[in-house]
Parts: sequence; structure tokens; C-alpha cells
Amino acid sequence: MKVIRTAISEFLGLFIDDGSLALFVVILIALVTAAVKTSIVSPLLGGGSLLLGCVVLLIESLYRAAHKQR
Amino acid sequence: MTNITTISSAVTASFLGSFVEVVEAFTIILAVGLSRSWRPAFVGTGLALAVLAALIIVLGPLLGQIPIELLQYVVGVLLILFGIRWLRKAILRASGYIALHDEAKAFAAETDALQRQASDRRADFLAGLTAFKAVLLEGVEVVFIVIAVGAGNGLLGYASLGAAAACVLVIVLGLVIHRPLSTVPENTLKFVVGLMLTSFGIFWTGEGLGAAWPGADLAILGIMVILAVVAFVAIRILRGTYAAKLEANTP
Repeated sequence: MKVIRTAISEFLGLFIDDGSLALFVVILIALVTAAVKTSIVSPLLGGGSLLLGCVVLLIESLYRAAHKQR
Repeated sequence: MTNITTISSAVTASFLGSFVEVVEAFTIILAVGLSRSWRPAFVGTGLALAVLAALIIVLGPLLGQIPIELLQYVVGVLLILFGIRWLRKAILRASGYIALHDEAKAFAAETDALQRQASDRRADFLAGLTAFKAVLLEGVEVVFIVIAVGAGNGLLGYASLGAAAACVLVIVLGLVIHRPLSTVPENTLKFVVGLMLTSFGIFWTGEGLGAAWPGADLAILGIMVILAVVAFVAIRILRGTYAAKLEANTP
């Protein structure tokens, strides 16, 4: 059981370092997907929003990490 | 559409990402081999490689069953999460907020831990287990990188080639210099791979949603350039704030 738990946490660790960043990225992707699937935005605009969103979330995460260390 | 840009991006991302992971696994295997003996190092490594091979044999054919758009979307999402994590860490390391990863230090720590277990009756088993875990964990990352950069565009063969080349290069370097590969610019490699994987991720998630990117596959390079500019500006700003912080804390 412990081995499985360790394996799962190691696998999740591949994708999650800053938990908030991972959560916000998942929320961003879900929102963009919903917007594209309901035709609120075109797929290309969705892709562009994803790029912009990732940039904003990365900057926010970096700012938070730097601020935490002050 | 597959062109030389996509193929070379997939091979490069796979090679560099795998190289970083294999260097980390190599450090542990070397520590086990030199501080205990080569038998548990090779047995642990061999078993881990067998588990990885089984994973690939079982999961590999399943990939072909998944519709390409769904595969691109799922792989894209995972790539964004994986890539942005590497990119964030590389930026924080480059700006001084996180210490750089040091293979010599990792080697010393692992050797120390193994020597503390030397009197244990199960010392060989524990040493083998250490090598097994290291190769399995880093190997899973290599397998993920290969699948992630190769599966979305039918480039698994090219991506595997990149990973295999990285393994061969690390083994050859290891055999030649016989000590941890501490001079490898690991953070720079992680920075580049983070940029590439995040770009692939955004591109494929967009494709999975049906986006026809301008310039088709060349859009990957465009996304990479945008992310690189943001990352370099972030490093520049963060280096300044880190230096100011150090100055403020100096008595």
C-alpha cells in the first residue's frame, strides 16, 4: 500500500510543484475548453487565451515565490 | 502535418529532457556502485529497466487506440503542467531564489546514506533498491517525455531516438570520466526543455481543441519565442530583486 502511495505521489510530483500554479493551469484549461466547446470563442482564440493565461499564471507564481522569500 | 521543424523540436526536446533525467539516475547508480558494489547497482538498474519496458509494452499499443485529437489534448494538458513546472524552477534557480542542482552534492549525499547502511544485513538489498528507485523514477519521466513529445504528432520513433541518444551519451561520458556529471549545465537544459515542453503543450492543447494555428507547426517556435522572452525578462527582474534582498539583509 505504501509503495502504491509513494508511486502515486511521485507521479503527481512530475506535474505539480507549486500546487496553486498547477490548480490554476487546470482551471484555465477547463475554462478555455468550455468556452471553445460552447462556441463562445473560436478554437484559435482559445489557443491564444491558453498561451496568454499560462504566461500570466507563470508570472504570478514566480512573483509569489519571490515574495515568499523576502 | 509533420515537417523538419516538428521532427527536430521533438528530437531535441526528448534528447535534452532525457539527458537531464539520465544524468540524475546515473549519479545514484554511480554512488551505489562505488560506495557498495556494482552488483546491486546493476541488478537494481536492470530490474527498473525491465519494469519500464513492461510499462511501454503494455501502454504503448493503447496509445494507437486513442483518437489523435483527444491524445493531443490530454498529452498537451500534461505537457503544460510538466513543462511549466520545469520552467518555473529553472527561472527561480537562474535568478538565485532556489539553489542550483548540484550532481556532486547529490552524489555525496547518496554515498553518505549508503555508507550509513553499510553495517545493515540488508545493505546490498537496500543499495539495489536505491538504484532501482532512481532508475524507475527518472525512467518514468523519460518515458513520459518521449510519449508527450512524440505521441501527439506520430513522432514516437524520433522521440525515442532522442531519448536513446541521451542514454548512450550519458553512459559513454560516465564510462570515460567515471564520476558524477556535475559540469552538465543542468539548469540551462531544464530551462530549454521547460520552454519546449510548455510550448508543445500549449500547441497541442490548442490543436486538440480544433485550433488551426497560424503557420501550422511553425507556431510551436512562435509560442517558444514568446515564452522565452517572458522567461528572460522574469529572470532579469528576479535577479534584481534577489540582489536587493541580499543587500538589505547584509549587516
